[in-house]
Amino acid sequence: MRGIRAYVREHARDPNFIAYAAMGIGALIFPAVVQFATGGNGDALVSLAADGGVYVLLAIGLNVVVGFAGLLDLGYAAFFAIGAYTYGMLASEQLISSPLHHAVHIPFWIALFIGLFVAAGAGALLGAPTLRLRGDYLAIVTLGFGEIVPRFFRNMRDWTSGVNGISALDPPSLPGWITGPWVNTSFGWVPNFKFLSFNATAWYVLIVILVTASVFGVNNLYRSRLGRAWMAVREDETAAAAMGVNTVSTKLLAFAIGASFSGFAGAFYGAKLSLVSPDNFTFIISITILSMVVLGGMGNVAGAMVGGLLLYWVLYYFLPNAPQQASGLATSIGMDWLNHAVPNGWPGIAEFINRLKFILFGLILVSIMLLRPQGLLPSRLRAQELHRGVHDEPVKTVA
Amino acid sequence: MSTSEPAADSILSLRGVTKRFGGLLAVDEVSFEVPKGQVFSLIGPNGAGKTTLFNCITGMYTPTAGDVILEGRNISGAKPHRTAQLGIARTFQNIRLFEYMTALDNVKVGCHVRMHAKLWDALFKTPFARREEAAVAEQAREQLRFVGIEQHADNYARNLAYGQQRRLEIARALATQPRLLLLDEPAAGFTPQEKVELMALVQKIIDRGITVFLIEHDMRVVMEVSQRIAVLDHGEKIAEGPPAEVRANRRVIEAYLGKSA
Repeated sequence: MRGIRAYVREHARDPNFIAYAAMGIGALIFPAVVQFATGGNGDALVSLAADGGVYVLLAIGLNVVVGFAGLLDLGYAAFFAIGAYTYGMLASEQLISSPLHHAVHIPFWIALFIGLFVAAGAGALLGAPTLRLRGDYLAIVTLGFGEIVPRFFRNMRDWTSGVNGISALDPPSLPGWITGPWVNTSFGWVPNFKFLSFNATAWYVLIVILVTASVFGVNNLYRSRLGRAWMAVREDETAAAAMGVNTVSTKLLAFAIGASFSGFAGAFYGAKLSLVSPDNFTFIISITILSMVVLGGMGNVAGAMVGGLLLYWVLYYFLPNAPQQASGLATSIGMDWLNHAVPNGWPGIAEFINRLKFILFGLILVSIMLLRPQGLLPSRLRAQELHRGVHDEPVKTVA
Repeated sequence: MSTSEPAADSILSLRGVTKRFGGLLAVDEVSFEVPKGQVFSLIGPNGAGKTTLFNCITGMYTPTAGDVILEGRNISGAKPHRTAQLGIARTFQNIRLFEYMTALDNVKVGCHVRMHAKLWDALFKTPFARREEAAVAEQAREQLRFVGIEQHADNYARNLAYGQQRRLEIARALATQPRLLLLDEPAAGFTPQEKVELMALVQKIIDRGITVFLIEHDMRVVMEVSQRIAVLDHGEKIAEGPPAEVRANRRVIEAYLGKSA
């Protein structure tokens, strides 16, 4: 106990510690709070939060590639797709129509790790041809990869059902599960539990566990020999090589490990939605995840998570609900006339806001970047980088 | 100590090393031996090909022809990280530190090549990884102490003063536990006082049993610390020998001051 107290006191001013503590406590009480606040009708929100966890996982993974190793990846959704499709093919009736003529049903818990390794392999595969590229050139190649992969899945009709996608994926199952007041029932034990779409809390708990495990893993990596090698490559590849860092394997590992998180995320996402379709992995997904990382604070795991949560909330809760909220607000402040559409004129406040949705989104992104160019929760490093000039510039050009 | 004969016990030998960039002959069939445990210097006017030769030795470039032999092993064309593994460390003419990493972390990157933690160890922070990390932190501090900038361990490399950055580069190179240390113009931009300190540091490095191979423009430094000197001009070796001999060499004087009419 004393150890914990001392630890808390020592880190109480560390923004990362505060962020982790807030996210941890928030994650623990979120389902209960939501159910209480909505009078037991909070399943939709809990389910939404579980989907948000997927994006947090993706942001953590992309942060390894972009933030740690400094390799700009514009096609990250490709690995997400690979994870999801791996689970889709391995846990549904899909492969009956393939040349194999046999359905494969691998349990989710194993498929999760197969997805991880397949995505990691794909990461290394993409990494290999890009090893000689830096900066913009690398970004273009990853962009291409991000476009090719979903198209590839769309065209492999026998294996993936093409545009229709793979549906009816096996839900994960457990020998048992506890229910209780948080899902509006009394405490109880459910044997032979299956994760179905109405068990929002179960999905939520699962993604929280996955994210927590990933956070520990990725922080360990960050503070390890490999983490330092990533940073060294990001800072100066030539000097890193001269110091004995094998830049080839270091970069490949960044791609592979970064991709493996999205393999995790993809398998979870496919299982939860019980559907994987090529439309779920478009370029906009890659860009959204990249924005999460940049907005949150590149190179900082907690930052990427905060960015992921915030952008997810804006995109999937705030903006979809904004028109309705605005309309409600107009009524409640006695300006109901705002809600009445005029033919060929004022469309009504709800529709008006609806049309402005993406302008709002853009405004939010731009204002965050203007107010905090280093991200919401920057790594110590990035904060320095953006305050050039405050510190003394070393006189390097004397030689 | 110094003789005009190459020492029998050499750590590095170059045999006809040539580097050509398209039509430009940067290094032209250069051969010499770097004796073990001494300071060997390479001098020459700007653009003579000194740094190119360093790059050929450390694997940054693959020589167009010729062999680089480290303790009997032919390493020409080996990758830079491989030459570091085999015991060659270097600094750069225009300081190349990891600017946004602390001084300590910079040196820890130097330790990288002597570490054995695998991905698994890193991911799960195994007891082995913890022990190794602790040992490396201690080693890295030791190197910083050795070059005299221990008090700056937690500063970002870019925030160090110029002289401290040069020292940090040396500490980082020493952390790879080299047998041969290549210093590329370590005294550039130094005050006379700093040059004296640098020479003392080079002596300390020699005392640790590490051979030093130096590129330097400052003749006082070169003449004072080195036991043997090779002179490069237009990619060609024009002289080699102990300092006194090289200083008196007619071709060397011509290369630096031009031919008298």
